[in-house]
Amino acid sequence: MADGGLHGKGQVGGEALSPQRDLLRFITCGSVDDGKSTLIGRLLYDAGAPPQDELERLERDSLRSGSAAGRLDFSLLVDGLAAEREQGITIDVAYRYFATDKRKFIVADTPGHEQYTRNMATGASTAEVAVILIDARKGVLTQTRRHSFLVSLMGIRKVVLAVNKMDLVGYDQAVFDAIVADYRAFAAPLGFTEIQAIPVCAPDGVNVAARSTSTDWYDGPTLIQYLETVPLTEASLKAPLRMSVQGAVRPDPEFRGVSGLITSGHVQPGDTVRVCPSGRTTTVARIVTYDGDLPLAVAGQSVVLTFADEVDASRGDVIAAADAPPQIADTVTATLVWMDDAPLALNRDYLLKLGARTVAAKVTDLHHRIDVNTLQPVAAETLALNGVGEVTLRLDQAAPFDPYDEARDTGGFILIDRLSNATAAAGMLRQAVRRADNIHWQAQSVDRSARARMKGQRPAVLWLTGLSGAGKSTLANRIELQLQATGRHTYILDGDNVRHGLNKDLGFTEADRVENIRRVAEVARLMADAGLIVLVAFISPFRADRDLARSLMPADEFIEVHVDAPLAVAEARDPKGLYRKARAGELKNFTGIDSPYEPPLSPEVYIDTTTTSPDDAAAQIVRLIEQRGLPGLDGDGI
Amino acid sequence: MTLRVDTRIAEPDLALGDETALNAARLTHLQRLEAEAIHIFRETVAECERPVLMYSIGKDSQALLRVAIKAFYPAPLPFPLLHIDTTWKFREMIRFRDSYTKELGLKLLVHTNPDGLAAGVGPFTHGSATHTDIMKTQALKQALDLQGFDAAFGGARRDEEASRAKERIISFRNAAHAWEPKAQRPELWRLYNTRHRRGESLRVFPLSNWTELDVWQYIQLENIPLPDLYFAAERPVVERDGTLIMVDDDRMPLAPGETPTLQKVRFRTLGCYPLTGAILSDASTLDEVIAEMTTSRMSERQGRVIDRDQSASMEKKKREGYF
Repeated sequence: MADGGLHGKGQVGGEALSPQRDLLRFITCGSVDDGKSTLIGRLLYDAGAPPQDELERLERDSLRSGSAAGRLDFSLLVDGLAAEREQGITIDVAYRYFATDKRKFIVADTPGHEQYTRNMATGASTAEVAVILIDARKGVLTQTRRHSFLVSLMGIRKVVLAVNKMDLVGYDQAVFDAIVADYRAFAAPLGFTEIQAIPVCAPDGVNVAARSTSTDWYDGPTLIQYLETVPLTEASLKAPLRMSVQGAVRPDPEFRGVSGLITSGHVQPGDTVRVCPSGRTTTVARIVTYDGDLPLAVAGQSVVLTFADEVDASRGDVIAAADAPPQIADTVTATLVWMDDAPLALNRDYLLKLGARTVAAKVTDLHHRIDVNTLQPVAAETLALNGVGEVTLRLDQAAPFDPYDEARDTGGFILIDRLSNATAAAGMLRQAVRRADNIHWQAQSVDRSARARMKGQRPAVLWLTGLSGAGKSTLANRIELQLQATGRHTYILDGDNVRHGLNKDLGFTEADRVENIRRVAEVARLMADAGLIVLVAFISPFRADRDLARSLMPADEFIEVHVDAPLAVAEARDPKGLYRKARAGELKNFTGIDSPYEPPLSPEVYIDTTTTSPDDAAAQIVRLIEQRGLPGLDGDGI
Repeated sequence: MTLRVDTRIAEPDLALGDETALNAARLTHLQRLEAEAIHIFRETVAECERPVLMYSIGKDSQALLRVAIKAFYPAPLPFPLLHIDTTWKFREMIRFRDSYTKELGLKLLVHTNPDGLAAGVGPFTHGSATHTDIMKTQALKQALDLQGFDAAFGGARRDEEASRAKERIISFRNAAHAWEPKAQRPELWRLYNTRHRRGESLRVFPLSNWTELDVWQYIQLENIPLPDLYFAAERPVVERDGTLIMVDDDRMPLAPGETPTLQKVRFRTLGCYPLTGAILSDASTLDEVIAEMTTSRMSERQGRVIDRDQSASMEKKKREGYF
């Protein structure tokens, strides 16, 4: 038997713990019934972590709690939260610390059953190894499967199967072997690279720190030996460089650097790196730290980098190995673990934080939920607290990322509820649905300004807004005629040609009207990217929708034109007979009648169609367009 | 001495992917902890409007401050230091505070609760619980509100006390500075959700994952100065309820016939002198302190009178806005 006596002193820890240890983070999974608290307590005890006054209290309390004579109740060392439990305080993830001569350990312990998914995901997100407890009498249970799935989902590849309570099955090797075989068969699809099974009796410390004659048939490592020797993240030192920029460092006009923590790979002065998403490449000049410049920095280090060229790199950009950059996309698939009481709302705007970059994002599709007990996909409309599901996300701007399974720090993100500021979900990015990789660096020779130059014009979106009957279509046609006459390439998008094709699936509810305008804005932007001058003639009554359209375009390429006529005038014109129908109640939600029109506050152009003729108005607008000059030329003058 | 020990072994012109060089560059646990803390400082400063560093002059504050300076090097520290002075701190702490911050050219703010001062609140007249509430907890809230700080860095560690084991690295406080268990946000990977509304604030603990030994080893490696109180010397003490209290000034009431005796003592934590127990010790250097700590092994809060106050557990204090 290992030492379990009342005066057992730490065996592993001791006098001169070297400051040259490394650090391993692991998570323990199992319930109180499996003896998890006892195992963690025993680990702390064997490593000499609890101070003397705590050990004395342990001895006192062990007697009181009625443990077997001479046996310490090690669970008392980690049950310090009992009082809080009584006060109704949520207990989620607790972190424990101990060290041996070789390593310092951080243990994530997730007590309780209720919030297990959220808590396990949190604890596992930073862990390299999972210790999964099994009661030797019970074998592989549903909860074992659930824990193993979550551990695998969060990217842990090394698992210790601690088969506990071996004393209660007489240290029978056949029992142990059967459980291990059972587990290996179940875990085969989970992608673990290493499963180390260890027969354990936590209260007596069997195979925790010390070997025992009771298990002389077992020749593997003890739990502490395993944790001390399991290889750490060497792989990530050889992986491609990734550093998410936390901020620009400019203490004086001469010094320009960026700060960040290297999350994978390594970097040296002279290395060629790529700033993503802009795609610019540059050379690392210096690795600056308080302790002096470094010749080499590796994953895990916080540094400041300076570059040989004056490249633009700001918070949220990723500094990457030039020959192995991350993907860049604005539409991605991901696995979500829902963490908020408020369930997932599809198509609602959340904030997505990935590295140091925060963007707006919405979940456009929930493919399915995953039943964490059976690991089977289940059809679902939403995700509730502790739900796990596969989704498609749409970001409001392209972001650099790596698939989570390749790099946790550049593939793991959180969703934040914009109203409550709660962390609503954790996510693991899987793949790009629509890649933007190539837009910036490989497509540079034919970018939008090149296309525009070929047409000899500066593209623009002319957004004509106003009441029905105000004269938008008439004006758009006159403008197009005048532009065509001077050799410009143009296109008109109006309600009729879009409503009958692209948007024929949309009705006139508020949501559909918003979507209608969003699609038109996107199409207009694409056409402008292609070099065209696009004329949009839509009532577009809501300011927010027009602002969205504006936000898609460079500042001097969006021209908002308020085509104004008093409601009475417009209604009197009534070219399509729509006002009459609306007044008769045959048309619902008609702008100006039973739906509001929000006039632009500061349009680039204001046309009063009761005092200005269509041709004069068109000429005024064409002059404005021509005055902007050509793309790529300095100055907007003539 | 620096933490660059390992990386300096690497030759500047090593071939990329050279395994030996990369292995030599493997980080120690202290390097990892330091890098993590630097990352936390930078995230908070990038996302908050008015951060401040709670400077309490103890060893944890000293380690925290060094990490903060490293995080923003070569730029100067982008936030001030704030010391809540209860007027009952050891005199040496105040001397150390003033000379150290002056030497480093740091901006130091000192706040004392004016109401408590006017009412003459102190540990002997009002008891430790009232004194701590008025001169520390309330004073801290006043100072944060007065300056509109929305993020306060502190040197607390999760290993200090059982109820801190689950404390977040970035702990969210409502507009009344209260810690709401329900509002605490899960912390995954290295992602911190620092979003807060006006009036709400964050307590940020960059040393969360450090242990007491880590702090001491860091102080040793980094050569960080500490007040002498941490090292054994002959000091005048009296014994109160089994705790050795140093008579730091003449405000300490002595019972009839009670006389301070000179004993060789040191302190493991620093605070208000009437609430801070000394331990008998011969450890007068950093090496000796670390050696003594790994052999005698009593928990560091053993000397703190405040924690024994059963009715006011750390949890309760935290809910009320204690750091």
